[in-house]
Amino acid sequence: MVASSFLRKCLTTLAGLLLLSFGSLAASQIEDQTEQFFRSGHTNNWAVLVCTSRFWFNYRHVANTLSVYRSVKRLGIPDSHIVLMLADDMACNPRNPKPATVFSHKNMELNVYGDDVEVDYRSYEVTVENFLRVLTGRIPPSTPRSKRLLSDDRSNILIYMTGHGGNGFLKFQDSEEITNIELADAFEQMWQKRRYNELLFIIDTCQGASMYERFYSPNIMALASSQVGEDSLSHQPDPAIGVHLMDRYTFYVLEFLEEINPASQTNMNDLFQVCPKSLCVSTPGHRTDLFQRDPKNVLITDFFGSVRKVEITTETIRLQPDLGNMESRYKKEWMDEELMEPLKYAEQLPVAQIIHQDWSGHHRIFGIPGASKHFSVIMIPSNTLTFSEQSPLSWRARPQVEDHCR
Amino acid sequence: MAAALPLVLFVLLLLGPVGRGHAEPPRDSLREELVITPLPSGDVAATFQFRTRWDSELQREEGLSVLLKADRLFHTSYHSQAVHIRPVCRNARCTSVSWELRQTLSVVFDAFVTGQGKKDWSLFRMFSRTLTEPCPLASESRVYVDITGYNQDNETLEVTPPPTTTYQDVILGARKTYAVYDLLDTAVINNSRNLNLQLKWKSPPESEAPPVPFLHAQRYVSGYGLQNGKLNTLLYNTHPHRAFPVLLLDTVPWHLRLYVHTLTITSKGKDNKPSYVHYQPAQDRLQPHLLEMLIQLPANSATKVSIQFERALLKWTEYTPDPNHGFYVSPSVISALVPSTVAAKPVDWEESPLFKSLYPVSDSSSYFVRLYTEPLLVNLPTPDFSMPYNVICLTCTVVAVCYGSFYNLLTRTFHIEEPSTGGLAKRLANLIRRARGVPPL
Repeated sequence: MVASSFLRKCLTTLAGLLLLSFGSLAASQIEDQTEQFFRSGHTNNWAVLVCTSRFWFNYRHVANTLSVYRSVKRLGIPDSHIVLMLADDMACNPRNPKPATVFSHKNMELNVYGDDVEVDYRSYEVTVENFLRVLTGRIPPSTPRSKRLLSDDRSNILIYMTGHGGNGFLKFQDSEEITNIELADAFEQMWQKRRYNELLFIIDTCQGASMYERFYSPNIMALASSQVGEDSLSHQPDPAIGVHLMDRYTFYVLEFLEEINPASQTNMNDLFQVCPKSLCVSTPGHRTDLFQRDPKNVLITDFFGSVRKVEITTETIRLQPDLGNMESRYKKEWMDEELMEPLKYAEQLPVAQIIHQDWSGHHRIFGIPGASKHFSVIMIPSNTLTFSEQSPLSWRARPQVEDHCR
Repeated sequence: MAAALPLVLFVLLLLGPVGRGHAEPPRDSLREELVITPLPSGDVAATFQFRTRWDSELQREEGLSVLLKADRLFHTSYHSQAVHIRPVCRNARCTSVSWELRQTLSVVFDAFVTGQGKKDWSLFRMFSRTLTEPCPLASESRVYVDITGYNQDNETLEVTPPPTTTYQDVILGARKTYAVYDLLDTAVINNSRNLNLQLKWKSPPESEAPPVPFLHAQRYVSGYGLQNGKLNTLLYNTHPHRAFPVLLLDTVPWHLRLYVHTLTITSKGKDNKPSYVHYQPAQDRLQPHLLEMLIQLPANSATKVSIQFERALLKWTEYTPDPNHGFYVSPSVISALVPSTVAAKPVDWEESPLFKSLYPVSDSSSYFVRLYTEPLLVNLPTPDFSMPYNVICLTCTVVAVCYGSFYNLLTRTFHIEEPSTGGLAKRLANLIRRARGVPPL
């Protein structure tokens, strides 16, 4: 009996030990999985897409930027998190045989302009100063929200630039350049202001690799379409439109991105292989020494998509307790809108008086027999009012007859 | 254009209160309207109007907005957009206001493009889609088709589906008839939820010239060179016997320096003195010129208002990246009370269609119209921006060639250098040569 009870005890303790070990194994597996879930460390995604070229023959740069915009939107980044800068309007250019469209494939297969494109900086607003202000956040207070890069220290930012470039510079709109040193300093300012978690910089210009040579801030990964001394070439012209539609590197990047969906596990190493020399004629380059994670662990959707992550916290957060107060405050503000005195018409130019005075005072050359002498003052319908500062009718100054400038 | 197809589609979406006798409009109301007008040349003019009285902005996704697709709308000969914002009284005493936003889009479809040369048109052919349902937020949503002159019988044209009601009114001084389609009426949008308005011509319409409006205007820049120019505005009064005054407002940017002493107004070859002139000179880089005048246009005449200007040279950083494109001069605004041929009675603005209030009428003899002339593109004297680069290249070349060679001549000294005696191999070779009797190296 003693032996059997002892045996039973041994068995139970053994079973208990085995269960414990299995449990801990399972728990550690779950921990590993949750660890994987949080491995990228970012909670939101932003994109800054810049086309720096003006004029009709640079159609391909606008098409490049719009195709990246389209992919990024399709993979989930909303317009509020995309800053799109296009230096010229190709869709409504008078030389565009198909207005309101920008094509990326010949025979007009794919219209990357779409129905819902939102351009934040357009035409003359795309300057080096505005670009650097967007990146560093030093923006005048009157800038609308859609023109700001409101990133924080947990944001992954994708920066895509295209245009004409050279060894160490990128040309903006035929009148100014940004150098690789300025760009590196801007990224360092962003790092010191904690404006990004990780940054992916892609550039499609001639000698693009020179633009990322000078980066020195951590957590930046850079890709370029050509090395120093090489030109990036354009892909294919379209005979109907008459210009080259896309650049080669971005064309193949677009094809690569078309196969990505928000759940795909493709990593950055695949993106590095995208355009080999046989297709691109130039040698694409990349730089990962400033990046802390291994590129094979970095998902494409970490930068191109907007996969939201949830952070679990064990602290208690107290929300605004008293909603009743807020309502009464709102009503009070509403009531204050009641004006003290009713609004009335602004002063109108007395056309009738002027005409009449003119006619009685001067001997007019044209006697118009049938003309009526009763001209009424220009009136607005009776139940509307005009404020004196806003209605064009009240721009008229008072009729100062003595101020005639003749 | 080929095949004149007068097609006026007025689509008016009016959202109004249910009770007709309601005096005060509800605070939140959206009215949508589409007015389609056929032009005698065969083109079709369509005007969309959306009027909202909001305290906050709302999105429209159904109703007439489905017709607003960019790829069709930009295949037009002409389009124009307008946004009007104004405060309106919320109550009779007008102690509180709400804001009214009115958005207008006018397009003219080329009949040749839309109808392949035929004068028939349909909503689907013009916009590549049809109306499916009214906007759920709209209190009024209507389409008006201008069938003036053809409404008595079905012999000249046929509009399908047949309109339930017609609307007659005096618009722009002429009596017009419209076929009305109310999208909120369930009989119009039937079970198929598909309203494709079509117009077919039974007998070809007589081609007539479009009726010339009583007031129209044109503006252009004349002169040559990049120093001076002349800004001309032509105002046409085509009324046969009535003269009326117009108010002409010009806002000219500061870099066109106007000479106001050269302002001349001529009608029928004779000088026409304006009844009132107001001029506010420009300040460089601060404000533009403001020139406003009240001109009496004689009947059946063309009045030319011209003023000379000089073009200013801007600072080199103020030029745009494409300065040879030119700089824009905003259009002149012409406001007038144009006498109408038909007496119109003033109506309640809330009940009448939106397009009627584009040309308000306060008494029966005239209607108010505000015209905008075309904007102008003016070239300013543009410096050659490649000159700094050229100068640097040329100067450096000249300095290098001239001064450099002169410097070399002055500072270079020559000294004789002894040739080296040569190494061991040379001495051996010389030995062998001496033995052979050949002169040494």
